[in-house]
Amino acid sequence: MIDEPFATGSTLFHKRDARVKIVGAASISLVLALNSSIPAAVAGCLVTGSLLILSRPEPLSLCRRIATINVFTLFLWLTLPLTYGGEEMMQISFLKLHLDGIHMASLITLKTNGIFFCFLALLATSTTVSLGHGLERLGLPRKLCFLLLFSYRQLFVIHQEYQRLRRAARLRGFIPANSLHTYRTYSHLFGMTLVKSWNRGERVHQAMVLRGFSGKFIPLDQPQLAKEDYLFLITMLLLSLLLTGLSLSLLPLS
Amino acid sequence: MHISEGILTAPVLTCGAVLTTVGTAVGLKKLDYDRIMTVSLLSAAFFVASLIHVPVGPASVHLLLGGLLGLILGWGAFPAIVVALALQTIFFQYGGMIVLGVNALCIAGPAVLCGLLLRPWLTGSRKQQLTAGFLAGFCSMLFSALLMAVALFLSDHGFLKVATIVLASHLPVMLIEGLITMFVVTFLARVQPEILSLNRSSAQ
Repeated sequence: MIDEPFATGSTLFHKRDARVKIVGAASISLVLALNSSIPAAVAGCLVTGSLLILSRPEPLSLCRRIATINVFTLFLWLTLPLTYGGEEMMQISFLKLHLDGIHMASLITLKTNGIFFCFLALLATSTTVSLGHGLERLGLPRKLCFLLLFSYRQLFVIHQEYQRLRRAARLRGFIPANSLHTYRTYSHLFGMTLVKSWNRGERVHQAMVLRGFSGKFIPLDQPQLAKEDYLFLITMLLLSLLLTGLSLSLLPLS
Repeated sequence: MHISEGILTAPVLTCGAVLTTVGTAVGLKKLDYDRIMTVSLLSAAFFVASLIHVPVGPASVHLLLGGLLGLILGWGAFPAIVVALALQTIFFQYGGMIVLGVNALCIAGPAVLCGLLLRPWLTGSRKQQLTAGFLAGFCSMLFSALLMAVALFLSDHGFLKVATIVLASHLPVMLIEGLITMFVVTFLARVQPEILSLNRSSAQ
C-alpha cells in the first residue's frame, strides 16, 4: 500500500536533480493554486497534463491516484451546486442548481487536477530520499529533513510491526465490530506499536551514536547541477510565468 | 481530513504557511538530537495510524491520533505532524504541497494545544488520566475540524454549507478519537509510562 510507483524510470523527468524539480513544482503549483479564471485553469491543466504524459507514468497506478483525489471534487460537485447560493439558478425537475456553484466546482476540479498532475510529473518521479536531501540542500532546517528521511525509513518497519500485531489478533479470533471491545483492542494494538517504535527509536539512536553520528546524513551521491538541470529549471519557471500572465489577463473584469 | 489543493485562496494559504512555519520552528528548537530519533519514529507511527480503519456504524473511519502525539511530544508534535503529512502527500497525494501549511496547522495546532494543556492531568489519578486521554482525542479532532471549516469559509463564503457538512460528519470521528486516545493513554501508562514522561512509581 505504501509505495512509490512513479519514482523509477528513465525519462527526462527522472533524470533531473530533485532540487530543480522541487523549485519548478512549487512555482507551477503556486501559480495554479492562486489562479481564479477557468480558461487559465484549463491551460494549466493542459500544460501539467502534458508534463505528466512526458514523464510516462504507469497507467494503472495513475488512474487509481486520479480517482482517489477526485473523490473530494466529486463531493464538491454533489454539494456546491445545491448549496452555494447566488442569484442565477437552473431548474432541473425539482432540483434548483446555482450556476455560481457549478462554476466554483469546475474551477476547483480543474485546479486540483492541474496541481496534482504537476506533482506527479515533477515530484513523484523522485524518490523520497532524494527529495529529502534536495530539500536540505535547498536550505530547509537540517532537523526537519532528518525527521523526514528517518520517518520515511522507519515507516515500513512500523507498518509491518502493526500488521504483525493485527494478524496475531485475527488469528485469535478478533473480528472488528461496533463495540467498545473493538475500540479497546485497536487502541492496545496501536499502543503496542507505539511502545515498539519507542524502543526501536532508542536502540537505533544508541547504535548510531556508537558509530559517531553527529546529526547529519551524508548521501552517497551528491549530484552537481548539470546544464540540463538549469535548462529544465528555466523552462519550468517560464511555464509558470506564462500561466501567471494568462491568469492575470483573463481575470474577470468587475 | 485533508483540504485538497486548489480550493483555498491566497490569504488563507499564506496565513497557514506562516503559522505552520512558526510552529515547526518552535517545535524544532525544543528538539535536541537525543530525542529526534524517537520523534521520527512517532511521526512514522502517526502516519501508520492513518492507515488503521476502525468501524463506525456501517462505515469505517481512519484514525488520526494528533491529540495523542500532542500529549506525548508537546511542541515536538508540530514538526512530527508536518513530516507525516508531507509523507502522506508524497505517497497518497492527500492534500498537497501548497496547502500543506494549512493542513498542518489544522491538525498540529490543536494537537499541540490539547497536549500541552492536558499533560499535567496525566500524573493525576486514573480518572484524571482517562479524562485527559479522552479530551485530548476529542478536542483536538473537534478543533481540527473547526479550523478546517473556518479555512474553507474564509476562502469563499459560498463554502459555508459544505464546511458545516464536513464539521457534522466529523462528530462520530471525534468520539472514536476520544475513546481510542483514552485507551492508548491508559495502556501506555501501564506498559511504558516513560513515553508519557511519567515515571513508573507515579503510574502505579
